Amino acid sequence: MLTKRIIACLDVDAGRVVKGVQFTNLRDAGDPGTLAQAHAANGADEIVLLDISAAHQHRAILLDTVRRTAKELFIPFTVGGGIRTLDDAARVFAAGADKISINSAAIANPSLITQIATRFGAQAVVVAIDAKRGAEQGIEQREALPHWQAFTRGGRTATGHDAIAWAQEAESRGAGEILLTSMDRDGTASGFDCDLTRAVAAAVRIPVIASGGAGGAAHFAEVFRAGHADAALAASIFHYGIGSIAELKRQLSAENISVRWPC
Amino acid sequence: MTIAIVDYGAGNLTSVKKAFDHLGEACAITSDAAEVSRAAKIVLPGVGHFASTAGLANSGMQLAIAQAIDRDVPFLGICVGMQWMFTGSDESLETRGLSLFSGNCARFPATVKSPHVGWNQLQISSSSRLFRGLSNASFVYFTHSYRAPIVDHTVACCEYGGQFSAAVERGHLFGVQFHPEKSGDAGLEILRNFCEL
Repeated sequence: MLTKRIIACLDVDAGRVVKGVQFTNLRDAGDPGTLAQAHAANGADEIVLLDISAAHQHRAILLDTVRRTAKELFIPFTVGGGIRTLDDAARVFAAGADKISINSAAIANPSLITQIATRFGAQAVVVAIDAKRGAEQGIEQREALPHWQAFTRGGRTATGHDAIAWAQEAESRGAGEILLTSMDRDGTASGFDCDLTRAVAAAVRIPVIASGGAGGAAHFAEVFRAGHADAALAASIFHYGIGSIAELKRQLSAENISVRWPC
Repeated sequence: MTIAIVDYGAGNLTSVKKAFDHLGEACAITSDAAEVSRAAKIVLPGVGHFASTAGLANSGMQLAIAQAIDRDVPFLGICVGMQWMFTGSDESLETRGLSLFSGNCARFPATVKSPHVGWNQLQISSSSRLFRGLSNASFVYFTHSYRAPIVDHTVACCEYGGQFSAAVERGHLFGVQFHPEKSGDAGLEILRNFCEL
């Protein structure tokens, strides 16, 4: 049976792993290479590295950090942040990434999704959507339904795009997976946004990775069952040792959620 | 003598090379038919579209691979590389495979999400050399939208929208639908078994 994936995310700033609450107030959590190894050994199914300041600082991703992190990593490795062109993506793949994640650049130039998918395969293209609940500018009010707006540049810029419609467009343009972050829940440890995750999972046929809000095993169980997520991603709860991935998988397994355990 | 990792312009081969580097095996990414002919072992990775394998025929590498296979040079096809060992794929009807195994690769049924992405369990047959030392229900990483049918030489099955061939093996020929270079310790063990043939 296809298992539910547990993904460890490394938010990187200036070559170091950092973690903030709701996208700000960053604090240091360690070296990305060391942390990626530790998470893989502890049962992570996948590693995501996001260069969180590349997009808003208008600079290229730190290729040396990607290379160093990828070198001894033998599970899938996704890299995002500051990828604006097909050439940027090619350099990140050459540095050792298996998939790239694009957000701001995909909104600005949706054909980039197709370009990268055509050259490297749809499986290599993850479209990241940072979604925030509420009726912001540019989104038509749909009665009695919750709705979410997509944001770019590390949560700094509202796009006016409805997150669900954007996920569908990303799929139609060749995205292989959606990495869906709830900005409302990110860093709060209060649980994933299951309504958001379920809404997007129902709207697309590609895998949806839920992100933002993980605080404990019950939250993962909830987003797999009620949120219909194919994978769930967390950062701080793993880095600070609040919960180990091995222990999380043991608990999910005991609750009859299919995970790669023991691995 | 080294392992030739065949580059036919289909995606990213860095991960495959990295895994052989980790195992301490000499290997080189190449798109040169002469280098493929000289190799001690050949690996045909594949991420992307079945149609991209057409580049093998045009570059002379298909001939070099077919001749090496006739000389019993160990050959490993990964993902689309394994599908290319079959007759063909519905993904690109005008592109022919090598027909080393009979059968056609087809899309997953509409009852399941496609692509099949993530870690799934193998059901390994005991006679396989590629899976020597692995536990029967090992987890490996898949990412694909088309799958090969079960054939006489299937040595590992996987269940997703029905059973499909996760691995085939006949003599010096090996094909895996999953990505051993991305499948953690189990995957590295499979690659080590191939290196030690």
